[in-house]
Amino acid sequence: MNIVVLVKQVPDSGAERTLSADNTVERASASNVINEMDEYAIEEALKIKEAHGGEVTVLTMGPAGATESIRKALSMGPDKAVHVSDDALHGSCAVATSKVLAEALKTLNADLIIAGAESTDGRVQVMPHMLAERLGIAALTGARKLTVDGTQLTAERQTDEGYEVVTASTPAVVSVWDTINEPRYPSFKGIMAAKKKPVQALSLADLGVAPDEVGTAGATSQVLEFAPRPPRSAGTKVTDEGDGGTQLVAYLATEKFV
Amino acid sequence: MAEVLVVVESGVKKVTLEMLTLARGLGEVSAVVFGEADHDKLGEYGASKIYVASGDDVDGYLVAPKASVLASLVREKSPAAVLLASTQEGKEIAGRLAVKLDNGLLTDAVDVAADGTATQVVFAGSGIVKSKVTRGLPIVTIRPNSTTPSAQAAAPAVEQLTVTVADSDKLTKVVERVTEQKGSRPELTEAGIVVSGGRGVGNADNFKLVEELADLLGGAVGASRAAVDSGYYPHQFQVGQTGKTVSPQLYVALGISGAIQHRAGMQTSKTIVAVNKDAEAPIFELADYGVVGDLFKVVPQAADEIRKRK
Ligand SMILES: Cc1cc2nc3c(=O)[nH]c(=O)nc-3n(C[C@H](O)[C@H](O)[C@H](O)COP(=O)(O)OP(=O)(O)OC[C@H]3O[C@@H](n4cnc5c(N)ncnc54)[C@H](O)[C@@H]3O)c2cc1C
Ligand SMILES: Nc1ncnc2c1ncn2[C@@H]1O[C@H](COP(=O)(O)O)[C@@H](O)[C@H]1O
Repeated sequence: MNIVVLVKQVPDSGAERTLSADNTVERASASNVINEMDEYAIEEALKIKEAHGGEVTVLTMGPAGATESIRKALSMGPDKAVHVSDDALHGSCAVATSKVLAEALKTLNADLIIAGAESTDGRVQVMPHMLAERLGIAALTGARKLTVDGTQLTAERQTDEGYEVVTASTPAVVSVWDTINEPRYPSFKGIMAAKKKPVQALSLADLGVAPDEVGTAGATSQVLEFAPRPPRSAGTKVTDEGDGGTQLVAYLATEKFV
Repeated sequence: MAEVLVVVESGVKKVTLEMLTLARGLGEVSAVVFGEADHDKLGEYGASKIYVASGDDVDGYLVAPKASVLASLVREKSPAAVLLASTQEGKEIAGRLAVKLDNGLLTDAVDVAADGTATQVVFAGSGIVKSKVTRGLPIVTIRPNSTTPSAQAAAPAVEQLTVTVADSDKLTKVVERVTEQKGSRPELTEAGIVVSGGRGVGNADNFKLVEELADLLGGAVGASRAAVDSGYYPHQFQVGQTGKTVSPQLYVALGISGAIQHRAGMQTSKTIVAVNKDAEAPIFELADYGVVGDLFKVVPQAADEIRKRK
């Protein structure tokens, strides 16, 4: 099975995040990591390869600095990577990103494309369906369980109420939640091997996408203003001396919750 | 006045009423119903038209048919805007619609102004942006608990849509829908009150304490990731960066330390209350009212006190 895993580099959510002067996500000064959910996507791809054979390719669209995350992804075990990078991509909206990723995917002929269910910087949850729409293939999103039987895919899609069982044949896009598996840690051998694995660089010209269709020039939406929300401040803190529960309810009563 | 389409997934959730309320500021409100919904309720909140798309072709496949129905409706009616709920499915429909129409989209909005400018909460509640769709019409997904629904009666005309779904929209079949939600508690993202338990709750059995307090307050139950990972409570109730974002009137954190990834899902709550035995726990930095104490003493006492007051 030819599997492509979509890996995005994002600013570390454990650190402070902001927008830069041009109202795009500040990536230069941020400490960047692999989008957490994508590690589960990598793990799932590796498990499928181990069970059914095939090849795993990491696909990333992102600035030059994203190579760091690509090497980290490769150290977990994928065979190779494709890095789409171009100065014109800076400030791309989801619609443009999906166009570029779809063009890159067309060159890779994947049976199975695995993505994270969402990215922590945008939390948009739209990329997998956008790609399926552009490529005209099936999408099984929000999976907490995936079964591969030949070309037949069955997923348990997590919903607010429980789950849905969805089925499709390859080629397909699957997106996964962190409930699906436990990502492996890269071994020392894996880290060393990753340094030698091929990383193919693709530019917009390679993909036949015009610079004005993407980036700030081709954006379909625009951020007009950004303001940090004022941080919350601490209120009353009492120590329980036997009547903590009663006091708590007295507070809830003054706020009209009981 | 131009039409505004409000997408009703199935049933009429609170976020639907919020969307109808917001949509009235943008134009003449038309609800688009996939499956079944309470038409009277939609009228009560100002829908002057209801488009209904139903049948196996819509119901039996994942997302794609809904996006196609919506795209033809947009082409036909040229609405001023399309509003959808910021749920997994709402966002997925919006994403497909945006690609089909080569149109911009904005997700997780808490408000939409008359000119289509959306207000979005970003970076886990630590920032606010105002943004605009610059290509096409505003396609905006609305986060639950963004606004207070207000009624404005209308007598909606119902129009059944003829659904013709292409084979390319039938690639992913939904073969089973399983409900795991227990009891009659409100849905987590829509609840006005959320009571969450963390690792401090200790085990799955003790979560009854969290459930009891939630039920007494008429709220939903949430959990921290540590509680979910330890198997105390199911994943769909996880609050935080990799779980649900909630924005209730009242959030009660029991035995939760208040890590940044947990805050990400709850810090826009109106009022925050915490019980934690560690006086230095970071959750107290954002709690409006905090009790430093053992939750196994404080919570049962609070539950008794609420019962007394009832
Ligand atoms: C990429 C990433 C994503 C994450 N996403 C999420 C997410 O979506 N949601 C989330 O919640 N976390 C998330 N986390 C994990 C997060 O960092 C914390 O580890 C987690 O929130 C801790 O949960 P907790 O507060 O229940 O447990 P702990 O941090 O262990 O805190 C337990 C608290 O309970 C208190 N306690 C213990 N016993 C009692 C008692 N008897 N009475 C009163 N208090 C008691 C302790 O004092 C302590 O403060 C994420 C982490 C990463 C790296
Ligand atoms: N620039 C990108 N490069 C590679 N994969 C991406 C990119 N953007 C999004 N993805 C994938 O799409 C998933 C969902 O992202 P999103 O729709 O942005 O929440 C992510 O978890 C990634 O797997």
